[in-house]
Amino acid sequence: MPKEITFRIKRSDNPQAASYWEEFKVPYFAKMNVVAALMEIQKNPVNAKGEETTPVAWDCNCLEEVCGACTMIINGTARQACSALVDNLEQPVRLAPLTKFPLIRDLVVDRRVMFANLRKVRAWIDIDGTHDMGPGPKISQKVQEAAYELSKCMTCGCCMEACPNVNSKSKFIGPAAIAQVDLVNSHPTGSLQKEARLEALMSEGGIADCGNAQNCVKACPKNIPLTRSIAKLNRETSTYAVKRWLGR
Amino acid sequence: MASKVIVVGGGLAGLMSAIKIAESGHKVDLFSLVPCKRSHSVCAQGGINAAVNTKGEGDSTWEHFDDTIYGGDFLANQPPVKNMIEAAPGIIYLMDRMGVTFNRTPEGFIDVRRLGGAKFSRTVFAGATTGQQLIYALDEQVRRYEDAGLVRRYEEWEFLSIVQDDEGRCRGIVVQDLKSLEVQVFPADAVIMATGGLGMIFGRSTNSTINTGSAAATLYQQGAIFANGEFIQIHPSAIPGRDKLRLMSESIRGDGGRVWVYKDGKPWYFLEEWYPAYGNMVPRDIATRAIFKVCVDMKLGVDGENKVYLDISHLDPKEINRKLAGVVDIYEKFVGDDPRQVPMQTFPAVHYSMGGLWVDYDQMTNIPGLFAAGECEYQYHGANRLGGNSLVAAIYAGTIAGPKAIEYALGLSKSSADLPPTLYQAAKTREDERTAAIFKMQGQENPYKLHQELGEWMLENVTVVRYNDRLQATDEKIQELMERYHQIGVGAGAAWGNQIVPFTRRLLPMLHLARVITLGALHRNESRGAHYKPDFPERDDENWLKTTKAEFAADGPHFSYEPVDIAYIKPRQRRYDVAKEVTMANA
Repeated sequence: MPKEITFRIKRSDNPQAASYWEEFKVPYFAKMNVVAALMEIQKNPVNAKGEETTPVAWDCNCLEEVCGACTMIINGTARQACSALVDNLEQPVRLAPLTKFPLIRDLVVDRRVMFANLRKVRAWIDIDGTHDMGPGPKISQKVQEAAYELSKCMTCGCCMEACPNVNSKSKFIGPAAIAQVDLVNSHPTGSLQKEARLEALMSEGGIADCGNAQNCVKACPKNIPLTRSIAKLNRETSTYAVKRWLGR
Repeated sequence: MASKVIVVGGGLAGLMSAIKIAESGHKVDLFSLVPCKRSHSVCAQGGINAAVNTKGEGDSTWEHFDDTIYGGDFLANQPPVKNMIEAAPGIIYLMDRMGVTFNRTPEGFIDVRRLGGAKFSRTVFAGATTGQQLIYALDEQVRRYEDAGLVRRYEEWEFLSIVQDDEGRCRGIVVQDLKSLEVQVFPADAVIMATGGLGMIFGRSTNSTINTGSAAATLYQQGAIFANGEFIQIHPSAIPGRDKLRLMSESIRGDGGRVWVYKDGKPWYFLEEWYPAYGNMVPRDIATRAIFKVCVDMKLGVDGENKVYLDISHLDPKEINRKLAGVVDIYEKFVGDDPRQVPMQTFPAVHYSMGGLWVDYDQMTNIPGLFAAGECEYQYHGANRLGGNSLVAAIYAGTIAGPKAIEYALGLSKSSADLPPTLYQAAKTREDERTAAIFKMQGQENPYKLHQELGEWMLENVTVVRYNDRLQATDEKIQELMERYHQIGVGAGAAWGNQIVPFTRRLLPMLHLARVITLGALHRNESRGAHYKPDFPERDDENWLKTTKAEFAADGPHFSYEPVDIAYIKPRQRRYDVAKEVTMANA
């Protein structure tokens, strides 16, 4: 008999509806990942009891772990469904939506707050304009390599899910946005406006809300040194606060 | 007076268009299927081309231009390509100023690598995730204009159709919120489409799941001309998966990777043997056909399957980590082997559409007020795109489309605000009814299975090697799928967060576009760039140095042909076994 993989999926029709678990059996194939299994369910939306059901809704796009879309909780851990190979997962495989973001349907959540946080911290370089001004500043290989580590953040939400200080009662912007401040502030041109970003980090929901649980750095699928950025910006905001106070 | 422009698509072309418009003080509504940071541009790996000559090899914009025209087998109109190539170094410097983490030389200059079809190192890169880094920089610049009140973003909204006035001008769009499935209409004085590629028509490809081509296909159904649809790039190296064919960047070869199979018990580096002048750095169409020949005709694929070795195990692991970590990680995660230790196993996959919406040199389609930029238009790559040219084309087209759309809008005698509200109401009603009709579909066919069937046929018959009888049969199959489309059942799911209804809507335009691709290939009896027919193995400039233009009609696509603008370089034979003949700019 061909091997079947059992998936237990936490489903909800909408944010108000009660959630429920539904089980599906998907015929095994080599290198099966969670996304490919969900695609099989789309093609045959029948649950393990043999009942017709609605296809499971989930987000995905690039399917190679660079877009961040397919983040969900797989066997208790937030990660991307595309790079979750069934061979490496305990079975039955349990899928649930991220809990730190408003639910849309089934495994789909609304992560707009993460983009709003990037706006809050002004995670851009204030260029004068797009007209031709020649190249930017020269940058050493060492500085580029450190910046590249931070710039791989795909705003997936794993760090937010893992952080105990990100919750419905808190306005904490979370680790991802803080690391982006580190990225832009470390750039020679970005550093020209670094105070504005430090101020943003010192406002409500800023870096002071970090409780130093250090879960984020372990949760990041791109191994971004989040805690290093947080520690660095903790020091910088403190120094800046003292200077600002003295300057008044 | 400030005008209102709409940009559809949040990849590189759309974001650059939006930045240009906002920078000139005009307002933009930006629509995207996904949050812009998750657009397909993130998948671009190898880099972005510009003749910055930071290695002192003597590269020039003329060489880059000639490589691009030659690499595209002379099918591209030359003036816009020349303008793009000349703008390319400036684009790199702009992205550099925006903070893109480009790799550096020891002295701190922007580093360059080599990609296929070039003799010079002119590909600027950020590890092996260049597209991701570029889009993040543009996304932040757009966020800055959002903060200034000039850009409004509508992410996770889907384009449904354009609104046209009595004169046929584009006057706005109808869109659908993908959460509530609510339909809304947005008036505008000009619309820029930057909706990307169409790889999903081939079922599985290196493309993201949003790359269905259905926005461009809908416009084709609304009267926009689709050009050169038959030119589909098959990338030589991807790793097969049931859900996706994951790209293994050309930069792997650019940085020293070698392609081989066993022959008579020994490694055979067939690209190096067949193409001594370029070796592993031949363009994608050439490499793909060679791999096809080795695996399918000579049956020398790895384990008898359609796979070859792509080998970097001889390279310095430190250099691999510095330049290729992004792709090596993907290989390790999805295959489980470490490419630093054992050769990778890869096979060609559908990757890019050279064809797209027909546009003039101002990026405007044949529908006045409707512009297009990026992979959804046809202008910059001819019959085959060179690696590293897509990113520059997407960004460059945005720098043209944005200002040209404003120029057009300012020249209108009547703004969209002066048009009768009934025009917009009628467009909304049309799409509301269409949505309601899809909800009512309760037949026996599953739309995802129909899509899979389409993909299998397209992949089998309309990719590397094409035969007229099989193309004909494929077109008949597509028409059968169009019939069966009406028997789709979408189930009883509610509208909120429903994914099967939007997918079903996309599928019909995809089928129409599949016919454009297939019939375009059937009619073109020659071989040029990515389009190869064993029964017509030569390029035929006398009959086919022409752009294919497909127009929608009830009985299927109507084709016409337009001569190619060869203002600068006379067509010559394209070969990669010997060094390319030198051409000169006529000062």
